[in-house]
Amino acid sequence: MLQIDLWKRLLIWTTVAVGLVLALPNLFYPRVEQYNDAMAAIELTGETPELLEQSGDWPSFLPSGLVNLGLDLRGGAHLLAEVQVEDVYAARLEALWPEVRDVLRPERDTVGTIRLQPSAANELRVRISEPDGMARALELVRGLSQPVVSLTGALSNDLEVRADGSDIVVTLSEAEQLATDERTMMQSLEIIRRRIDEVGTREPTIQRQGSDRILIQVPGIGSAAELKEIIGTTAQLTFQPVVGRGTDAAASPGVGNEILPSLDEGGVFYTLEQVPVVTGEELVDAQPSFDQNGRPAVNFRFNPAGARKFGDYTAANIGNPFAIVLDNEVISAPVIQSHIPGGSGIITGNFTVEESTQLAVLLRAGALPAGLEFLEERTIGPELGQDSIEAGRIATIIAFVAVLVFMGLSYGLFGLFANVALIINIGLIFGLLSLIGATLTLPGIAGIVLTVGMAVDANVLIFERIREELKTAKGPARAIELGYEKALSAILDANITTFITAVILFVMGSGPVRGFAITLGLGIMTSVFTAIFVTRLLIVMWFERRRPKTIEV
Amino acid sequence: MRLRLVKQNTNFDFFSRWKLWFGISGVLVVLAFVSFLLQGLNYGIDFRGGTTIRTESTQPVDVGAYRDALTPLALGDVVISEVFDPTFGPDQNVAMIRIQAQEGQEAVTPEVIRAVEAAMVAVVPDIQFVSVESVGPKVSGELIQTAAIAVLLAIGAVLIYIWLRFEWQFALGAVAALVHDVILTIGIFSELQIKFDLAIIAALLTIVGYSLNDTVVVFDRVRENLIKYKKKDLKEVLNISINETLSRTFMTSATTLLALIALFVLGGDVIRGFVFAMIWGVIVGTYSSIFVASAILLWLGVKRDWTKPTDTTGNQFSGVDA
Repeated sequence: MLQIDLWKRLLIWTTVAVGLVLALPNLFYPRVEQYNDAMAAIELTGETPELLEQSGDWPSFLPSGLVNLGLDLRGGAHLLAEVQVEDVYAARLEALWPEVRDVLRPERDTVGTIRLQPSAANELRVRISEPDGMARALELVRGLSQPVVSLTGALSNDLEVRADGSDIVVTLSEAEQLATDERTMMQSLEIIRRRIDEVGTREPTIQRQGSDRILIQVPGIGSAAELKEIIGTTAQLTFQPVVGRGTDAAASPGVGNEILPSLDEGGVFYTLEQVPVVTGEELVDAQPSFDQNGRPAVNFRFNPAGARKFGDYTAANIGNPFAIVLDNEVISAPVIQSHIPGGSGIITGNFTVEESTQLAVLLRAGALPAGLEFLEERTIGPELGQDSIEAGRIATIIAFVAVLVFMGLSYGLFGLFANVALIINIGLIFGLLSLIGATLTLPGIAGIVLTVGMAVDANVLIFERIREELKTAKGPARAIELGYEKALSAILDANITTFITAVILFVMGSGPVRGFAITLGLGIMTSVFTAIFVTRLLIVMWFERRRPKTIEV
Repeated sequence: MRLRLVKQNTNFDFFSRWKLWFGISGVLVVLAFVSFLLQGLNYGIDFRGGTTIRTESTQPVDVGAYRDALTPLALGDVVISEVFDPTFGPDQNVAMIRIQAQEGQEAVTPEVIRAVEAAMVAVVPDIQFVSVESVGPKVSGELIQTAAIAVLLAIGAVLIYIWLRFEWQFALGAVAALVHDVILTIGIFSELQIKFDLAIIAALLTIVGYSLNDTVVVFDRVRENLIKYKKKDLKEVLNISINETLSRTFMTSATTLLALIALFVLGGDVIRGFVFAMIWGVIVGTYSSIFVASAILLWLGVKRDWTKPTDTTGNQFSGVDA
């Protein structure tokens, strides 16, 4: 009749024990957090007496996984950025112009003069003066393209070259665009991660979302604006030849040139050649320093390729100015005094010490390959998070106690069994949350409270059923058995349907909603487990000891 | 003496006036629709874009002064409201400032936020900005779309699951009850103009889950009783089933409501709208599993011959034991 095999009993108790031990660290949250930080620091920088003392706060044989607190509970900043992947196409095509020019130049006799035409961002337009030479020109330019493997595995070329009247139009092929997007995203993620790590903050979330978005969540940071400053927008550093200087922003720059404002001198605009001599990508190091007049400046060094280009250019253009451009603003436009062979230099401008330090950090971390557009930003102050935790904790305790009392009053001894199961249930939820490293959000707390309310449902179903069976069945043991048996299909159907909605919430939702879905889903699993295994085991154990002739549910 | 919400062996006739209840539900659904069409929902920034700033200060909130401070910035539609909550301390004066999405700007501009903060500090020197949230119109458009898809997907998945486990009449009944609950919840949000944001979508889906939970328990009993009482007519079987599960229905609703009310009163204002939606959903969901889901079952009729041992019969989980 009411029998449960020993191994099943052991399995049930082991599961409960493991769950509860996993949940244990959360009761000592600050201490375990300090322990974890200390352990991480020891691993990173070696042992110090102070760190060792902190790591002694928590016995190392116990699990130390904690439930992560979401931004709405801990405070911090959240950004959703869209990477402007098309930016990279323009830069790629722009960089192609010298190559196109070099490949066509030897064939002047056939193609005539070669001139760069104003082009849209996603194409490169080059005009040749001899239309008869078009076929030859196309052939030569096509020779520049390289094969790429597209996602479908089909081999295709990275460039598409076609003739449009007397223009040669070069665009990136679709496969190349996809491959470029992918690279841009990987680079952006990596650079953002490095920049945030450089500030040293706990558990930042940097995640790719969809094809071109990045979600950044940093707990404990003051504001989203601060976070944006750390990430920077692009920090694109280029060195461009100067064509002229003026005060008219709307002047026609001429083909292949652009007009950019000066950073410090108001109303001054420089006309620059669009194609940079060297870009920030070729930087290997940048350090804040001071110039000979003691003003803050940034020292930089190029990699060998960059150093060679920079050296060649300075050697050929002594006496001419060149511009140091940061994010489309001219920081300074010094005149080249001499050949600079070593590949290192200094950027001076009207910097403060903080600005020069910031600039050095940005340059060192590398430029973001494309601009970021921020679609969503949230700042939650730590006080608000603290208030929410406090309110959530009180509400959960009150809800918990109310349900415990209510169950006790309604079902007597059986109610107590259900209550023990409910307490185990909450422990298991926290254990599972810690185990999978899930994040607890404010709606997540609501999910737990809801689970407290709904978790008893399975027990209620069973107890009500036992009551009914007691009226007809022969003896209490049979009634308990039938109660469990007959309530099972209702319990499973009801919980599976709720679980389906939790899964859909998890898949479709984001942020706090997802946190809610996790606690709801885990809550359903643990409550079904505790109702059909734990309370049953408790009741069976009680029954075996007492062997009551009658029971009252 | 045990606490009993429902006395034993009730024998209410739930379907003597089922057409009336049906009518009432119908009217409520229509009212909810009309309210939704006329007033629309009070969408939070998640769904329409814009910025909300939550401020805190030791000085009492003066909405007029706040408004005067922000008017010169010409930010379009600015809504300022004071927030009251029993969990606040005596010197905690909280206000919410909501600014519409700025024309022609996809991204959120820190300049606007900085300007607003500067203007506010000029009026209330000790003001703190405890949270600042901005959502661009592009994302908010997608969020609302995803949310709608999530709700529809949930309803669709449930329809299929119940159809598989029961019969199509049950599935229709359950889904009608769900749609009824969702519409009434949206209706009350539109009628009371409570802020409708992403968390409310989570609440809606939970309501879907809860309402189903309730409906499935009743249906499970109906299925069992249809086999047990082959001779009784459907109305009687439904009545017996609902009466038998009534005690459980009230117990579960009561415990859930107890927990939710604790959260509603003590959980702070940030999630109050969310909890309100769930409380409303539990009440409506309990009602609808009897007066909508079962009523539809009665209206559609069901197959009475469950004797053939098909997979969908009775306790297919009865082989599972502890």
